[in-house]
Amino acid sequence: MTDQRSQADIVRRSLKKRYRKEKRFRAYGVLAVSIALGALVILFADIIGKGWTGFIKTTITLEVMLDGDSMYLDDPTDADQRAMADFSAPIIAALQKQLPEVLEAGELRQLNRLVGSYGSNDIRDLLRAQPELLNTSQTLTFLASDAVSVYVKHSDNPSYSIRLSEQQQHWVDQLLAKGVIETKFNNVFFTSGDSREPSNAGILGALVGSLLTLIVTLAIAFPVGVAAAIYLEEFAPQNKFTDFIEVNINNLAAVPSIIFGLLGLAVIINTFGMPRSVPVVGGLVLALMTLPTIIISSRAAIKSVPPSIREAAEGIGASKMQVVLHHVLPLAMPGMLTGSIIGMAQALGETAPLLLIGMVAFIVDVPDGFFSAATVLPVQIYLWASSAEQGFIELASAGIMILLTFLISMNALAIWLRKRLERRW
Amino acid sequence: MQTANLLPLVLVLAVVAYFLAHSRSRAVAEPIGGIRNLKSLPFYYAARASLWCAIPALLVLAAWAGFEAKVIQMIVIGSLPPELAPDSAGRASLLLSQISNIASGRLSPEFAPEGVVAAAELLETLRAQSKTFMTILVLLIAVLGASFAWTRVAPHINAREKVEKTLLRIFFVCAAIAILTTLGIVFSVIMETFRFFQQIPFWDFITGTSWSPQMALRADQVGAEGAFGVIPLFTGTLLISVIALLVAVPTGLLSAIYLSEYASKRVRSVAKPLLEMLAGVPTVVYGFFAALTVAPFIREFAEMIGLTASSQSALAAGLVMGIMIIPFISSLSDDVINAVPQTMRDGSLALGATQSETMKKVIFPAALPGIMGGILLAASRAIGETMIVVMAAGLAANLTVNPLDTVTTVTVQIVTLLVGDQEFDSPKTLSAFALGMLLFVVTLLLNVIALKVVRKYREQYD
Amino acid sequence: MSINEKIPNVATKPDEAPMTKQAAALAVEAKREDIAVEEGKTVGLPYSDNPKFKLRNVEVFYGEERAIKNISLDIARNEVISFIGPSGCGKSTFLRCLNRMNDSIDICQVKGQLLLDDVDIYHSKRDVVELRARIGMVFQKPNPFPKSIYDNVAYGPRIHGLANRKSDLDEIVENSLRKAGLWNEVKDRLDATATGMSGGQQQRLCIARAIAVSPEVILMDEPCSALDPIATAKVEELIAEMSESYTIVIVTHSMQQAARVSHRTAYFHLGHLVEVNETDKVFTSPEHELTESYITGRFG
Repeated sequence: MTDQRSQADIVRRSLKKRYRKEKRFRAYGVLAVSIALGALVILFADIIGKGWTGFIKTTITLEVMLDGDSMYLDDPTDADQRAMADFSAPIIAALQKQLPEVLEAGELRQLNRLVGSYGSNDIRDLLRAQPELLNTSQTLTFLASDAVSVYVKHSDNPSYSIRLSEQQQHWVDQLLAKGVIETKFNNVFFTSGDSREPSNAGILGALVGSLLTLIVTLAIAFPVGVAAAIYLEEFAPQNKFTDFIEVNINNLAAVPSIIFGLLGLAVIINTFGMPRSVPVVGGLVLALMTLPTIIISSRAAIKSVPPSIREAAEGIGASKMQVVLHHVLPLAMPGMLTGSIIGMAQALGETAPLLLIGMVAFIVDVPDGFFSAATVLPVQIYLWASSAEQGFIELASAGIMILLTFLISMNALAIWLRKRLERRW
Repeated sequence: MQTANLLPLVLVLAVVAYFLAHSRSRAVAEPIGGIRNLKSLPFYYAARASLWCAIPALLVLAAWAGFEAKVIQMIVIGSLPPELAPDSAGRASLLLSQISNIASGRLSPEFAPEGVVAAAELLETLRAQSKTFMTILVLLIAVLGASFAWTRVAPHINAREKVEKTLLRIFFVCAAIAILTTLGIVFSVIMETFRFFQQIPFWDFITGTSWSPQMALRADQVGAEGAFGVIPLFTGTLLISVIALLVAVPTGLLSAIYLSEYASKRVRSVAKPLLEMLAGVPTVVYGFFAALTVAPFIREFAEMIGLTASSQSALAAGLVMGIMIIPFISSLSDDVINAVPQTMRDGSLALGATQSETMKKVIFPAALPGIMGGILLAASRAIGETMIVVMAAGLAANLTVNPLDTVTTVTVQIVTLLVGDQEFDSPKTLSAFALGMLLFVVTLLLNVIALKVVRKYREQYD
Repeated sequence: MSINEKIPNVATKPDEAPMTKQAAALAVEAKREDIAVEEGKTVGLPYSDNPKFKLRNVEVFYGEERAIKNISLDIARNEVISFIGPSGCGKSTFLRCLNRMNDSIDICQVKGQLLLDDVDIYHSKRDVVELRARIGMVFQKPNPFPKSIYDNVAYGPRIHGLANRKSDLDEIVENSLRKAGLWNEVKDRLDATATGMSGGQQQRLCIARAIAVSPEVILMDEPCSALDPIATAKVEELIAEMSESYTIVIVTHSMQQAARVSHRTAYFHLGHLVEVNETDKVFTSPEHELTESYITGRFG
């Protein structure tokens, strides 16, 4: 009894120290969670902070006199004449009207640098389409040059270098005040493919490329994955070969994705002679990569169908295949779909294997089929992020925002599906 | 006809075959007293016809599409006059691209030798012939298959059994694709690796301390040999992976412990999905973050405290890779910690242990093997991770353990060596496959060990 | 007793009409729920002059569900008391209230007065660590930690800092193992892992582990349900020995075991405490009809 009493005292005395330790341990836990979530917040904030300007374009709206003489052009339908004509002359003239102090020829050339290099192309295309506009006055909106765009959007950001002279900055300020230079929603970003000029570059090509690639991936990986899962879960005999398949699937799930790129390069491209850079090959490689994910989640879905359902169907005299196709498969489908959506999200975000099969090429055109050269969203982001031109950085971030939007929606869809279709037995 | 168009055509034929067989089976059943006297339902006779129509045709189509290019290339190369015949595989591929460029009109035939122009014409005709022939063959097989099944619509034939057998075979082939993929990886990597080691001794590769795969164009150039020592790549990979694990293991583990043992339900239901979001962020995004935000920050910070950091430091790549791996570690640890039976917790708590004492002295030691397995899996992830290091780590193969220096990794080198124009058969290109082999073997070993450890751990408490 | 008076009488008296034994059994089987259990009214001897535990009007809720319905009971110093009753009757839940093992279940709520040596167990300032150091517990399934035998027994003294020197710790371990009757079997392999022992040995190790902290009370939750008869006999022998120095509360499924080891026996039924009495009395002449049906094996 005295023994018990004195021990109780010892315990009581040590309590304070032990609770301090307890608190400290708890604090470590809070710290760890905060670090992880803090990293997430910083990552997102950084990307949004860098990228929101990607959704803004800088335009110059001018009253342009399409004067044939100054362009050395009298018949816009004549291709030879068009090739020789100087379509930038009307733009310079219009700018000069806005900035009357600019007189010298050298300064005029500087003036021309305010409008993007595609400005004169716009006038040429306009005249080719509507020759009757020659020698009329039109109000046209041009994309500002990248230097102007950077100046307008990032003049207070030290990590951007301003490549306009003092004089040019002064002009831009004036034009901004007059409302000639404006910032608008960047629709170009959503309607065009890649370009050498950041302000003309868009994500549409990569989006279509990703879509085509994912269609191929889904068309291969989903049926094959589901069929493999059905075989392994329902029909496979317990033997060495089945074990071997299982070991293979588990290990493939953990093989680095770049290895699948090597497989694609060596087997699909070099051995079978398929073309590089096309969605079919990309989709094939990604399908092989996502197959283990789909098989594993489909098997889990099949496993969760209770044996009572099978027994009930078998009891009526259904064949094994009928039991599986009529009862197990429909019940397991939500789980399989969820797994496949998550697999597709993985495939959508994957970059490394696609680099190896040549989907990194600089491709301006929006791909028009499964066999046309294409790039995909993450690769486009990689290309922009590693580009020297500073205007591409914001495009890369904007691209990341779009990619993340897609991924989050896909995962949300998967979660919704699971919640909606989940059955409790 | 294009392969892409032939595929839907065959499928349409299969559908037609389905309906024809379906109506025929009913017609057959009519005189003998309705479909109940058939061995199988009409659906199965119809399904059998579709399968007979589609499967052989699609197999032929796939085989043709797969081998067409290679066979035509061989014929074209064989047709070249002897003085033009290529003496090496590299020369052959150059010639082939020249020929196909002429054939497609991208290259003017004016400046090419006569034999090459003739070969281009041959290529063009062969391609056209091949397409026609393939179309005829595939459609013929489809129709033949369907007609065979049509003749087999008879009351005494059990079509269901046959259809089910075929389906089962298809399922089996799908399951076996996992093996084929592994075999494909192994063979594609081994073949090229073998050729690499014919040129560069294995021992030099494994023990060499210098990596500079640039082969000189002229033999007398300085450094013409190129160096293929893998040690600097390996230390670089290891350095970055270790940094990543140093970040991820404590953070992930403590997060898992906090969320599973301490956090309220509400906190857990918010924090857990957010943590998992970190796992869903594509690696290219992490690479962007590492290269454009973390790396400059580290450089500036190092300068501030008087150190010099490279603009592509191992630290930046490692830190960000660590963030990427946190959810991986935390969800695996969560599983493992939850697998420790509740009775262990009860036993310890009933003795008057505090929660942290229970965690540190009972649950953690019990879960340790499982956690180790998780860490091994995470390590294999870190080693195989590509985009973060491609974007944030450098290309310079420095043999260093200074985290502020630039290092390069195995994956970075694979990408660098294989992106862009490749010289066939040069050790430079082949070395990428040797590196891939190395990567495959190392990650495979880590995975096998990790899965074994985890499985053993699970069995302990089942 | 005043506490019994404020409880509304919700149950109806059973029909006293004569019935054949079989019919009665059937009726009991069919209508167990509405047989006369007056809430809060326990027949027999629920109170004691020298209580270690003084429990009044205890109610336990799992969310909305009331698992323990207004139980009042004293547990005397150095007595062995058994809790018996059919599965799901709340005896384990009630036991776990005594050392607050239910704390970790979020939805579980304990109401009423629970005093240990006249101090409230559930007081908000009460320290659960200290409480549990004074009340040891042995579980249904042996749950040795996956450590060595020595480390298992030394675990409690170590976390509580009860031994200053290694030799002290060795002594505590040896004494505890001796008390648990395990010393002779394991003294040569103290470093072997505990999970390699037989089930009976593991359970006695768990008892030794509990004793090592020198608790005043030991709670046992069906300690022999996973053991074979020989191991059970050993554990029961041990309980008898320990009753000299500890207050022991044992939940058991086996009426024979309750009859063998305990001084008093409490019969639980669907969250009610129906009857508490001297063990002999409960098994020879139960006062309550339900107790009788249970001990004669009509249900359970």
